[in-house]
Amino acid sequence: MLAASGRLDRRELTRALLADRGEMAVIAGLGAPAWDITAVGDHPLNLPLWGGMGGAAMIGLGLALAQPKRRVLVLTGDGEMLMGLGALATIAVQRPRNLAIVVQDNEHYGETGMQETATRHGVDLVAMAKGAGFPRTMLVTAPEEVPALKAAIHAGEGPVFAVAKIDAASKPLVLPPRDGAIIQARMREAILGPAAHHQL
Amino acid sequence: MDPHAIDKAPDAAASWPDQIYDVLKRHEIRQVALVPDAGHSRLIKRCLADHGIKVITLTTEEEGIALIQGAWLGGEKAVLLMQSSGVGNCINMLSLSHIHRCPMPMLVTMRGDFGEFNSAQVPMGAATQAVLEAMGTLVRRADRPEDVAPTVEATIRMAFNTFRPTAALIGQRVIGAKTFGKD
Repeated sequence: MLAASGRLDRRELTRALLADRGEMAVIAGLGAPAWDITAVGDHPLNLPLWGGMGGAAMIGLGLALAQPKRRVLVLTGDGEMLMGLGALATIAVQRPRNLAIVVQDNEHYGETGMQETATRHGVDLVAMAKGAGFPRTMLVTAPEEVPALKAAIHAGEGPVFAVAKIDAASKPLVLPPRDGAIIQARMREAILGPAAHHQL
Repeated sequence: MDPHAIDKAPDAAASWPDQIYDVLKRHEIRQVALVPDAGHSRLIKRCLADHGIKVITLTTEEEGIALIQGAWLGGEKAVLLMQSSGVGNCINMLSLSHIHRCPMPMLVTMRGDFGEFNSAQVPMGAATQAVLEAMGTLVRRADRPEDVAPTVEATIRMAFNTFRPTAALIGQRVIGAKTFGKD
């Protein structure tokens, strides 16, 4: 699971986190996390985002509040998370036990030319989540720590916030379905059944 | 009400905030996201007192746009309450509604709109409708108390029946303009 840099390989980490996922719904922030969840296997309970930068964690909150018995994982990047830091406060106050946010932190804006993000310069997202009041926070840097992260995601004692330090290299593009309406509708149908398309 | 409050709440005798609450209940709105505004203060109290409604206080309004989509994914209807200044914070996030065809109703109390005292409220208040419409939002206004509930009703119906962002602008004429005791 380690890249040559000694950091976690983002695709292998994603594969490990989504293996045996059960009924867990997954929101992926725009850019590489969306490609990652698609590369390890597209799924009706995946919502890979094409836009709305800064909103992934809040989409996860709305879903987690609506479906309190279902696990909800937000998998996003450091740049996307940094754009919506206020959500850490909002989510910590709501305390959805079924929500986990995992930031795949490569310390760069990978889609725009690998400019450095604030985490490259010491900004500590785990400390921010802790300060906001997340009851469970983790920093993951080694493969042997991944099973504990996975257990925390499924424990239902969240909200969980974790940063996984990953190798910065970009991976081959694996694009999700292009039409966001289909991506949303298929997740709604997977959660709500055929009534999803009739509910008003 | 406190005559020195920065923001103005509707008169206690006004019934339109309670009428909005009734519309939210009729449409089975389960999540109410908001950045507080004095104009919405009574409605917010009603929502907080209702165990069938989850009130999510945001740090910034665009969080509410994303939250509405998450609620919809999970089969719950949500609305976003905000002041006109907050509309400016939502603009790019409204892309989510068009990308995914997600219903996104917004109930906006206007400032900088009718007899405003505070010049800081005017730039965004004057631009509110234009920027919402620039992002493809269906915008309807209520400038008389009796128009508020029907406008909110129409806004919620159009969002959930036609899968798009919609906004009800509640005019400052309805709420009353704050004067900082200078009137």
